[in-house]
Parts: sequence; structure tokens; C-alpha cells
Amino acid sequence: MQYALAIYIEPGYEEALSDAERDTMYAEFFTLGEDPRVIGGARLQPVETATSVRVDGGRTLVTDGPFADTKEVLGGFALVEAANLDEVIEFAARVPPARLGGVVEIRPVMQR
Amino acid sequence: MLEEVFRDEWGRVLASLVGFLGDFDKAEEAAQEAFAIAAERWPTSGVPANPGAWLVTTARNRAIDRIRRERTLSEKIHLLPVAMPIMDEFDDTVIKDERLELIFTCCHPALPLEGQVALTLRALGGLDTADIARAFLVSEETMKRRLSRAKAKIKATGIPFAVPDEHRLPDRLDAVLAVVYLIFNEGYSGRVDLGAEAIRLGRLLAALMPDEPEPHGLLALMMIHHARRRARFSGEDLVLLDDQDRSLWDTPQIAAGRAELDRAIAMGGRGAYVVQAVIASLQTRERIDWPQIAEMYQRLVDLTGSPVVELNRAVAVAQAGNPAAALRAVDRLDLDDYLYFHSTRGELLRRLDREHEAKAAYRRALDLARSAPERRFLTRRLEQL
Repeated sequence: MQYALAIYIEPGYEEALSDAERDTMYAEFFTLGEDPRVIGGARLQPVETATSVRVDGGRTLVTDGPFADTKEVLGGFALVEAANLDEVIEFAARVPPARLGGVVEIRPVMQR
Repeated sequence: MLEEVFRDEWGRVLASLVGFLGDFDKAEEAAQEAFAIAAERWPTSGVPANPGAWLVTTARNRAIDRIRRERTLSEKIHLLPVAMPIMDEFDDTVIKDERLELIFTCCHPALPLEGQVALTLRALGGLDTADIARAFLVSEETMKRRLSRAKAKIKATGIPFAVPDEHRLPDRLDAVLAVVYLIFNEGYSGRVDLGAEAIRLGRLLAALMPDEPEPHGLLALMMIHHARRRARFSGEDLVLLDDQDRSLWDTPQIAAGRAELDRAIAMGGRGAYVVQAVIASLQTRERIDWPQIAEMYQRLVDLTGSPVVELNRAVAVAQAGNPAAALRAVDRLDLDDYLYFHSTRGELLRRLDREHEAKAAYRRALDLARSAPERRFLTRRLEQL
């Protein structure tokens, strides 16, 4: 079985930690990342970089900001390599839920 | 004089630098540096034959110097990957006009709308942060944050510095036109002259996209509206179209707007801005053809599906002599929170001699009015009943 873990955070939670606590946290992340059971994963850039894509009547609607509705739930995720935001928006618009009442939120991945 | 040259050249210079450096902040910094050098030298040495090319070259060289310095400082001593030609001939042909790329970057729908607006005014209008802050009645600090947030998002998310491909162009052009028109409508509330600024941007866009009808339509619309701005207010008070003193209209600007409109129509333009410009143009005729205006509003309803447009169509129907039909159309609309819905109902009911209901509608409008001129206008209307 493969499982997806969706990691929800309180924005800015890291800043609230002391240096020592933060170091501990990074070490924990690192250890988990090294675990052979981890297939992939990424840390996302802050929520300010979010862009939401939905398709309505064949038109791609792009808006600034994260997906923020309570009705829908996380249904999946994909890591995509694209040349720029326009290219990934076009990809996102082809994900079926985007036109079936859902939203695809795009977030750039933190570069290591 | 120098200021004039600077404002004209700013967008072009910045666009070229963003294209060259691939970074908004670095480009802005380099452009500012070049303009500062020019401000120091040109008064004595004279303005160069091609100020734009001079500015771009100077800014590029400064940026390259800085990048080299920074690399040296961080002890990564190697030259830039591409050899940079140092131009000593300031020939216009070497500087590609990349303002269109810049416009599409600034008006990318992934940016917050207020960020798109601010960035467009900063990057292409050449307004400084303090001016933009003043125009939107926010502190300079707030505006600075708004601009840097937008620039940060461009960088972090990889918004491309490019004119969108043909299949993306219609949607993206809509977004650009919406930003320019938003700036124009801000100007209408009577602060810094954002109206004139929006027309500048509209003119630039029409020139950069000569084969697209909608930019010409938008430009026509803004020019015709702007031409009537002095007649729209008497002191602080709003004056309705019927009561406007036409001698205050800027007739050459109306003519210029109509010429733009003709161009847009000749290109086959039938979009929302072209139709709105047609309506604006019809409203400046000696005898106003209200039935035709109502018909144009119907087209606009078909294009936009907007209930506010439907409301305007109803007003035209009433002006064409049928207030009863207009009221029926208005009563079908779901616009209870909209001031002009209630003031329009008030006016239509008044014309139909339903005084009691008219008063109730005007009172509801007054509850929703926020600006002093609007309140005064509605109070006067109520008193006249």
C-alpha cells in the first residue's frame, strides 16, 4: 500500500519555536525523510505563493490565494516539473476535479 | 522637461531590464540608478539622442557591475555565464520593446488584483510608491508591502515574463484590460488623476497590440468618459447626463475616442469594451438615441450576464419612453445591496407617479450611500418628491 500524508500547518509555526526546538524539528524531518518507506515529498513555499485553478464551462479561472472552502476535501496531490507558472496552470486545468466542482491549488516547492 | 522624458522612458527601460536580468527588484534598482545618473548629468551634458537606449545601457552596465561585485564578495570569482556586450552606440534597434511582456507579467491573474493594479502603475506608469499610495488612500508602508508581495510572488511562483501564447491570449488580455479599466474607474472617484494615467496605459496597450480590437475599444471608452469629467460634477455634487453642461465636455477628446472606436469596429471588434464605448459615444450625441442604447445594453447583457448591466439597460428603456417596462425588468433583478438598484427603482416609481413607493426606494438607497455627494444627491431627490 502507498499512502499520501497531507501535512497541515499553522502559518508561521516555525518562528514561534526557539532555535533549539527548531533544530530538533529539522532533525526529525530529516530522519523521517531518510526513512526507506518515504517515496517522495516536498516542503512547500508559504501560502502567499498559492494560486488556485478551477475550470468553468471550459474557461480556466485563475485566482490568487489558497483553496479555502470547507466543503471539499483533499483528494490527491501531484509533484509536477514545469517551465513556469503558466505551464503548470494549464496542467492543473486538465486535472478532472478542476472542472467538476473542485479546485487545484498550485504551490511552488521549496528548493533545497 | 526631464521629468517628462523620465516618465516616457521608465516603462520601456524597466521592461528591458526585467527581460535582461530576469528579476523585478534588481531591474528596478538598476533602472533607478540609471535615472539618477541621468538626472545628474543630463542638465549639463544635454539629453542624449536616444535617451531610452542610454538609460537601458547604463542600467545594464550598472547591474552587471553589481552582480560581479556580489560574486566577488562571496568569493565565487567567475565571470557571468554570458558575455555582455557593452554598447557604445545607442541605437534604438538594439533595445527591444518588452513593455507588452511586462504588462502581462504585472497583470497575471495569479497575483492579487490590488497587487496587479499597483504593479502596473509602478512598472508601466512610472508612478512612485508614494503617488500610488496617495491615489488609493493607503499608507506608503501598505503600498510598499503590496508591491513587494506581488514581486515576491512573481519570483517564487515563476510567473513568466512573456506575452502569452495565442490560445491563452484572450483570457489573459481580458485580465490586462480589467486592470486598466479598474485604474480608470478609481480615477473617477476624484483623487489623483488616475483617469489620465489609465488612458496613457490604454494608449500604450493599443499601440503595442495594434491588431486587437478590445484594447482600442477600452481606450475609446475611457477617452469618451474622461472627456465628460468636468461636467459630471458641480462643485462636489454629481450631475446626471441629462443635466450636464455640454460646453464643459472636451470635444476633441470625444472625437479622438470615436476615432479609436471606429478603428476597433473596423477590426471586427464586438467585445464588451467596444460595446460600452459605442454606448458612451451614443450618449454624447446631440439627440440621444435611447432605443439604440437599450439595444446595445442588451448585447452587453448577452456578453457579460451582469445584473448591473441589466439595470443600465432598464434605465435606457425608461429613457426611451417606457418606464413601466423598465420597472418590470428592474424588479426581476437580485441586487438588493446595490445603491443604484434602489435609486433607479425610486426614479422609475417617481415617473410612474407611485410617490409612496418611490420614497421608500430612495430611503433604502440613502441607507446604502457612503460618499457625501451621493448622500446629498439622494436627499435632494427625496425632498423633491
